[in-house]
Amino acid sequence: MDERLRIDTSSLSPTLFLSGQWGQAQGIPDTQSIISSLQADCKVLALDGSGIAHWDTTLAAFLKSLERGLQEKGIKLVADPLPKGVQRLMSLIRNAKPTVNVAKERPNVAVRIGGWGYGVFERMVAWLWLAGMCFSALLKLLFQKQRVPLIDILDQIVECGPRALGIVTLLSFLIGGILAFVGVVQLRIFGAEIYMADLVGMGMLLEMGALMTGIIMAGRAGASFAAAIGTMQTNEEVDALQTLGFDPVEFLVMPRVLALTLMAPLLVLYADLMGILGGAAVAWGMLDLSPPSFFSEMASAVHISDAVKGLIKGIAFGLVVSFAGCLRGIECGRSAQAVGQATTSAVVTSIVLIVLADAFITVLYFVYDGMI
Amino acid sequence: MEAQVSIRDLTMAYGERVIQKDLNFEIKKGDRFIIMGDSGCGKSTLLKHIIGLKRPARGQVLFRGDDVWALSDEQRQGLCRNFGVLYQSGALWSSMTLAQNIALPISQYTGLSDRETGELVDLKLSLVGLDGFGSFYPSEISGGMKKRAGLARAMALDPQVLFLDEPSAGLDPLSSRLLDELILELNESLGVTFVIVTHELASIFAIGSDAIFLDSDTKTMLDKGPPQWMAKHAQSDKVRRFLSRSDPSKTDPHLTHEK
Repeated sequence: MDERLRIDTSSLSPTLFLSGQWGQAQGIPDTQSIISSLQADCKVLALDGSGIAHWDTTLAAFLKSLERGLQEKGIKLVADPLPKGVQRLMSLIRNAKPTVNVAKERPNVAVRIGGWGYGVFERMVAWLWLAGMCFSALLKLLFQKQRVPLIDILDQIVECGPRALGIVTLLSFLIGGILAFVGVVQLRIFGAEIYMADLVGMGMLLEMGALMTGIIMAGRAGASFAAAIGTMQTNEEVDALQTLGFDPVEFLVMPRVLALTLMAPLLVLYADLMGILGGAAVAWGMLDLSPPSFFSEMASAVHISDAVKGLIKGIAFGLVVSFAGCLRGIECGRSAQAVGQATTSAVVTSIVLIVLADAFITVLYFVYDGMI
Repeated sequence: MEAQVSIRDLTMAYGERVIQKDLNFEIKKGDRFIIMGDSGCGKSTLLKHIIGLKRPARGQVLFRGDDVWALSDEQRQGLCRNFGVLYQSGALWSSMTLAQNIALPISQYTGLSDRETGELVDLKLSLVGLDGFGSFYPSEISGGMKKRAGLARAMALDPQVLFLDEPSAGLDPLSSRLLDELILELNESLGVTFVIVTHELASIFAIGSDAIFLDSDTKTMLDKGPPQWMAKHAQSDKVRRFLSRSDPSKTDPHLTHEK
């Protein structure tokens, strides 16, 4: 037992003597050993704290734990004398309102699975809701006296489009180069290196241009939408909009969706160009193929419709990313952690949906080949 | 009584903009020290200077005789462990439960075992009347409860000085009175020094044992002393009006309505 404790069980009623220093450096003695050393028929434990030299809340924590342990055994604690401050602390604790069963229950498995399934359903409803609200907000913007300041939409356009050019340039140029490099290495086996130009053209226009742009948009715009709207939600700024009669979808979501969906195809087009330049650069370096020959070979393989197909994908990705970002922001809880979760979830959802949409659209093109 | 915190010739500024200048006062051990003043006069900024978050533009902040800003960063951090701070909105870490919020400083700075930490956390929660709420997240409790949980966290390491930034802001009169009583009780039983930034008159008179008044016009302190004394004998008109809540328009040219 702790040297600060001495229990005297010789007399009629047992007495616990406390002495010495009671601070965080000394720790809190375990009360179990004291309680177990008492005899079964013990009804009252007297406590003598006259030997206490110095104390802080660790003493009160010890007393609280002791009192609770004794209470379970039906033993009453009579604490006297105690330092005056401790007495006041203890009465402060005792006088506090008894809290009625506040323990949280953890639902069972069936309830949790059901809750998850319902959550998925709610998700889908929320997407439809947001899409509908956005559409109606867009109609309002087009046909009614518009209330959303155009400058807001312009700000978003600048944020989504021109500001992304740097990263799009870098990544697309590299991806085009990688496509060309991999193509050259493989096609060299057949002595058909020249066809790497076709590969770069088709690869960038149909697939990589849109996909890379989509992923960049998810990381830049999607995350920023979720974080910005989520923080506004946390600060009750969204509530403030609503109470003044402004529809948050009209003011926050629609400008962002519009901006990103407008900018997405332009970014895809730009990414296509950069990727093709990257491919041409690799062709020049590795095969000594001059850019004019590269472009004429590529032009023989790709058609303008391939570029259009990529642009349509880009529009779809822009929609998906802006919806996911804004929706997560709108649904965001009211804490710093919730904003973080909303942002993560926006990016993850965006990327998953981009890939799914890509697969769907690619199959669609294949089935209805020649329609565009 | 010994001075726990002394402020000497303190000038606070954000860049070129001076917030307050020539502040001189002492906070004694066991005081319930009120920092009051009109909105925007720099009350919270003063708090940040005392707890070592902001460096003074000029002058000194002494804690038990040591110049806080003459110490090395490590020493200053060690010193800060003597301080507990309750921020305006509680500033509880939202990713942690209340119990984890309080346990974090305890487990980081003391060698206590998990059982001991748990018992201490339990005690702190019951001191502020939140017995049994340990497993709740900050987002699941009300604003008043957040304040009290923030107070429990501020007390985690048994600090010698507790700083409260507008503790009663946003609370109803009853909760705010309960909080005042809690502050009094903790001050008297634990002997903790309280430094409270507030402009709630009821709180100022109920708990203040000493006070200073910061003025945003002259950018310095107008008076110091116990609030009751200040209300009657303050030299400045503004302080007396502030504490009696009387109509300023008759005498103060700044606030006169255009007629």
